[in-house]
Amino acid sequence: MQSFTVHTGVVATMDRANVDTDQIIPKQFLKRIERTGFGQFLFYDWRFHDDGTTPNAEFELNQPEVEGASILIARQNFGSGSSREHAVWALDDYGFRAVIAPSFADIFFNNCFKNGVLPIVLSDDEVNQIFEIADKNPTLELTVNLESQKILGDGIDFSFEIDPSRRHNLLNGLDDIAQTLQHEDKIHEYEANRSW
Amino acid sequence: MLEKIWDEHVVHAPESGPSILYVDLHLVHEVTSPQAFEGLRLNQRSIRRPERTIATPDHNVPTSDRSLPIADEISRKQIETLRQNCKEFGVTLFDIGDVRQGIVHVIGPENGYTQPGMTIVCGDSHTATHGAFGSLAFGIGTSEVEHVLATQTLRQFKPKTMELRVDGELPPGVTAKDMILYLIGQLGTAGGTGYVLEYTGPCVRKLSMEERMTVCNMSIEAGARAGMIAPDQTTFDYLRGKPEVPSDFEAAVERWKHFTTDPGASFDVSKVFQGKDIEPQITWGTNPGQVCGVNQSIPSPSDFADPTDQKTTSNALSYMGLNAGTPISEVNINRVFIGSCTNARIEDLRAAAKVLKGHHVASDVNAMVVPGSGQVKAQAEQEGLDLIFRESGFDWREPGCSMCLAMNPDKLAPGERCASTSNRNFEGRQGKGGRTHLVSPEMAAAAAVAGRFVDVRDWDYKA
Repeated sequence: MQSFTVHTGVVATMDRANVDTDQIIPKQFLKRIERTGFGQFLFYDWRFHDDGTTPNAEFELNQPEVEGASILIARQNFGSGSSREHAVWALDDYGFRAVIAPSFADIFFNNCFKNGVLPIVLSDDEVNQIFEIADKNPTLELTVNLESQKILGDGIDFSFEIDPSRRHNLLNGLDDIAQTLQHEDKIHEYEANRSW
Repeated sequence: MLEKIWDEHVVHAPESGPSILYVDLHLVHEVTSPQAFEGLRLNQRSIRRPERTIATPDHNVPTSDRSLPIADEISRKQIETLRQNCKEFGVTLFDIGDVRQGIVHVIGPENGYTQPGMTIVCGDSHTATHGAFGSLAFGIGTSEVEHVLATQTLRQFKPKTMELRVDGELPPGVTAKDMILYLIGQLGTAGGTGYVLEYTGPCVRKLSMEERMTVCNMSIEAGARAGMIAPDQTTFDYLRGKPEVPSDFEAAVERWKHFTTDPGASFDVSKVFQGKDIEPQITWGTNPGQVCGVNQSIPSPSDFADPTDQKTTSNALSYMGLNAGTPISEVNINRVFIGSCTNARIEDLRAAAKVLKGHHVASDVNAMVVPGSGQVKAQAEQEGLDLIFRESGFDWREPGCSMCLAMNPDKLAPGERCASTSNRNFEGRQGKGGRTHLVSPEMAAAAAVAGRFVDVRDWDYKA
């Protein structure tokens, strides 16, 4: 897995709550059997007009100022609905390394950590402040530092919380399966003692 | 109940960080598994316990004539990939053509794989369905699917618990679907985030297993990964005689009784509702929490204090092509879908058929029913329900997820408005530009006949 230590990038704002994974990656793109190449389909139904190729000029990510953005900020309950990890693969493949919101749906939140994408929970007030600053400065750049658990830039200096084990895994790009298999003896022991 | 199941399944609990939790049953389908199997191959890993893994194609399968090849080449390839992966890794597959093929959350329970006290996972957010049996069941991502295949465990943080108690009785004509839509409306789509929901109280105890599955199924729509109902005699009676239950069934029942919730059990949060307050529910917006009673009107953005709620409501009304203040019963529909892991079991089909008997679908409505599994379809045909559906003008289909998520050819055209028994009314869920209203099977059947939403409690049932 790719590691995450410090990342600086342009912030794209999405002033919407309950952005569900059906919007992040619509179902017609879930038929692929690969993990890669989903970025081109990210937010497909919002990003493009009905012909599927003409960009929708009103959509947030199609604004010229946020071209190449790598940090996404949205309102509460981001990533709700379907468990499809394709949503994280699409965000990652498009270039997003971090997503900031006041809250995330559980499965999406988990899926981020499996792919080296950092979901950051900030308070409503802090999220509001970033939206306001980005409104005035549409090419706002922020630096996300996972080591110090800080978000910095253009007068912003916020701290964020993260579970220490998740932080450790992200910083070091560690694979969950390899870690669990270090406890294989305990799995053996558990299976031996269980009477089904 | 969560506490007991959790404690029985902890393989390793480090001082900090997630516990390693043993998984009893892993359900696999074609959409979220190919990358997981590929990961195993790349790392030269095998499946630790293939006998605890069951697979079926459901999301992508056509529901029309099964004798024809699948027209969509990419769909065909994905289903073929599942077939090859199951063969290579030794996983039991209920393939197209097998009567046991169907929606993964329908076939687990109906074959008795789903049992009280188990931990059950699947790469699908509606895995919470299995919690109806008093199991801890939740959806996982593809990386976690790979983790379970390789280790038969998951790394999990212990969730908090929220009790949703429904007291009193549900009024006649009000269903389990109405109960869960009502609860989601009260909680909001993120009200259950971080919690396992446990449904309790007299209204819940009176539900059949199929109704309990409908309730638990939609826990994720309130943000909760899992929903549970403690097992009781209803649970044991349902499981008795199912093919995959333990051979010493009575001993199993004694063990399962251990998973009932202790009187006075404590929850992190408890909320109490009254069954009498619930009427038939219809969603008006683009998430399942945007719901109202059949006799209510569509709300206005100004009904909400929070600016984000106002914006969400305004976006939803615009997408749905609805005006604030319109009584929901005046909304005309032109499509009806009866199906999905929420409402495609035999009792759902019986309930819809009872409404349809002696009536005909409105002339401008296109209606379809997609049974949850081959076994549900066979049972319905044995009871003659297929004839009632067909005679009323419904299209009778082969089993699968179908137009719940419209990955197969069953989908809404832009602007079409559908009364659907499924679980999500997100933008484009049933087809780009399609407008979905979630309802019970009875309400969907009545809407098909009337061409608009009507209160099924006033229905003219023809014997």
